[in-house]
Amino acid sequence: MCLAIPGKVIAIDEDPHGVKMARANFGGIVKQVCLEYTPDVQMGDYVLVHVGFALGKIDEEEAMRTYKALEELKQLGELDVPEVSLPPPDAPEPTEARNEISR
Amino acid sequence: MKYLDEYRSEALAQKLVNEIRRILTRPWVLMEVCGGQTHTIVKYGLDNLLPPEVELVHGPGCPVCVTSLEMIDKAHAIASRPDVIFCSFGDMLRVPGSAGDLLILKSRGADIRVVYSPIDCLKIARANPDKKVVFFAIGFETTAPANAMSVWQARRQGIHNFSILVSHVLVPPAMASILQSPLNRVQGFLGPGHVCTVMGFQEYEPIAARYQVPIVITGFEPLDLLEGVLMTVRQLEAGQARVENQYQRIVAREGNRVAQDLINQVFEVCDRKWRGVGSIPKSGYKLRYEFREHDAERLFEVKEIDTQESPVCISGLVLKGVKKPHDCPAFGKECTPDHPLGATMVSAEGACAAYHAYGRHLQLKGEPKSRPAPEVAAP
Ligand code: SF4
Repeated sequence: MCLAIPGKVIAIDEDPHGVKMARANFGGIVKQVCLEYTPDVQMGDYVLVHVGFALGKIDEEEAMRTYKALEELKQLGELDVPEVSLPPPDAPEPTEARNEISR
Repeated sequence: MKYLDEYRSEALAQKLVNEIRRILTRPWVLMEVCGGQTHTIVKYGLDNLLPPEVELVHGPGCPVCVTSLEMIDKAHAIASRPDVIFCSFGDMLRVPGSAGDLLILKSRGADIRVVYSPIDCLKIARANPDKKVVFFAIGFETTAPANAMSVWQARRQGIHNFSILVSHVLVPPAMASILQSPLNRVQGFLGPGHVCTVMGFQEYEPIAARYQVPIVITGFEPLDLLEGVLMTVRQLEAGQARVENQYQRIVAREGNRVAQDLINQVFEVCDRKWRGVGSIPKSGYKLRYEFREHDAERLFEVKEIDTQESPVCISGLVLKGVKKPHDCPAFGKECTPDHPLGATMVSAEGACAAYHAYGRHLQLKGEPKSRPAPEVAAP
């Protein structure tokens, strides 16, 4: 229900009632997104979208910094621990037709 | 997909688990607040990757699960009216009310529609001027901007046949209520990253200070959650109790001011009843009086409702982190996603549904590594 996913803004315009809208690409699926809460968003920005509304812009530098910090952890804690294995990211979703955005 | 796949790296997950193991000196109980986080944790088995000293308990952060039975029954009463088109997010349709779910009503001919966004209801209202279009506005702070905008735009565009049935809930009062409970076992929180995208995290600072618990605002991908655990454990081991932000790529301390402004113009804080938990003071939003024209609770007189909850369901204790789904005698037997007895079995983010979806009901008895919960009577 509180699921929000990152999408790339590929077009910005207004709907007939003057509401600021965009089209955003979510890994191949393009959807309408309302930009009223993120007025500074530009083409090409990544936004976090929940039930058709962009709630915030994703800070690319910050995203890279977080990731780098995680990579640096590689030098730490070389303990003898069992292998961790995550299922592949596209592991089958268990429930049938789930409404992705509204869950 | 950008900003998702990078946060699912196995190698980095392993490093994070190693680091958590390295700094641990004693057991800790952490709660992830949000149902979306519960879903990721169970899907990737993160709770089983962590050292056994770190126990994750699942919080009340699934709005579908905590919407009160009275509210569900009210929705049924409104949706049954021949002059109403009732719109909802998909997962509310299967939540059991006292007399079945909304899908059953739909099969009996009620006009019930699933929408992707509340704003879609405005189109439906424009296209059906002779009908009253009602949206079931549930959710946490994450969903409040969307629901507020639907009402705001309805007023601005003069759409008089649109209203919302509001059952909004707020996270900080629920966390405080968990911490005040004599049964509480939670020592640190993974805070709700998407709620904080909207609200920021200033309002969590007094909770961390007052109850001396670390709160780490955390994202929803496997690496986000493992890093959130690491940051929380670091604070616990150092005797600290601060609010920290793991989800910096999206969350700012002050949140989204534009969204907060509109929420405050449309909604005001009220007491709210949570399913399985009971009433929590100042834990919800209702529409302000100025927007009464769009308030379904005012527009539709609903008679006193006599609610009937399943007697075996312990979802109240599951939502408070006191029990785990497999502690429930009905879990995976009488209660399954196809025949849910309680709301936590309906939404993919409900703890019972997440455990069931990823086969936890198939685990041998005694295998799950959760420590026994204290014995308490169901409320
Ligand atoms: S398994 Fe079903 S009956 Fe048991 S607590 Fe969960 S929702 Fe309630």
